[in-house]
Amino acid sequence: MPLNLRNSPGAKVGLSIAIATGLYGVSFGALSVASGLTIAQTSVLSLLLFSGGSQFAFIGVIGGGGTGIAAASASALLGVRNAVYGMQINALMHPRGWRRFVSAHVTIDESLATGTGQTDPVEQKRGFWVAGVGIFVFWNVMTLVGALAGDALGDPKQWGLDGAAVAAFLALLWPRLKTRDASAIAIVCAVATVIVIPFVPPGIPILVAAVVAAAIGWFGSDRASTPPAATS
Amino acid sequence: MSMWWWILVACVVAYLTKLLGYLVPRKWLTNPRVARLAGTLTIGLLASLTVANTVASGAQLAVDARLAALVAAAIALWLKAPFLVVVIVGAAAAAGLRLLGFP
Repeated sequence: MPLNLRNSPGAKVGLSIAIATGLYGVSFGALSVASGLTIAQTSVLSLLLFSGGSQFAFIGVIGGGGTGIAAASASALLGVRNAVYGMQINALMHPRGWRRFVSAHVTIDESLATGTGQTDPVEQKRGFWVAGVGIFVFWNVMTLVGALAGDALGDPKQWGLDGAAVAAFLALLWPRLKTRDASAIAIVCAVATVIVIPFVPPGIPILVAAVVAAAIGWFGSDRASTPPAATS
Repeated sequence: MSMWWWILVACVVAYLTKLLGYLVPRKWLTNPRVARLAGTLTIGLLASLTVANTVASGAQLAVDARLAALVAAAIALWLKAPFLVVVIVGAAAAAGLRLLGFP
């Protein structure tokens, strides 16, 4: 379809989100290599898993000494929200044929927020696709840059990369703490994590917190539900 | 080799989760309980990952330079710094304290 994207508000927002989000792929690349994964494994996570929170969860568990299965479980649970996002995008844009399968791959926090942030149906599509595909391209390029740089840095602790991982997780969490209920859930799960750390193998405390969070979600009141964050 | 296996498992599960939203009947996922569960899981896991990466040292609790990284990152976020700046602030806080001799 011939279109002038410079006159499209959806595409404009999508592109700026794509650049801002793609840039921090560099921190994922560097932290992934610091956690012990190879450059190839790091790139595969960004190419095929392509969901920032789940990718950080995977390397966060591995970096802490957890097993592969614990890392994959944490990653999978953190991706559950993407199914809800997929349903929203599907209801909004009805992608058909092969587009549906590409659309699913680029269904993440930022593309959903950009698409649903527009009011005109055409702009919703442009926003979703420009953000989704744009982030995919920038994120993967910057992941590789970060992985190569992290590989060259040497001792990750000397450069404070373990502190960078802590900051990255807090920054992913922060925009979701808009309500008192959300903050309460975060605190309960944080405390549960600290309590079980001395008693179970690395990686398992995160899954214990997931069970606690799921129980709160399943049995809790409607007030605990939270809208998707605009950026993460 | 087993790390590659779990990476591929995580990738396949992530894609199928996304695709699920496009394929299952809409009423399954518009169930408020499912939407609520997805929200609380995300918050709980990110909170847990934040804390575990701050104080876990294997299966032990440890207070070290990472705690300073957490505080510095919180201040940066409170000041509305962008993601990448927050990460760099966290790294700088931990690296700085280690230069001063903290563990």
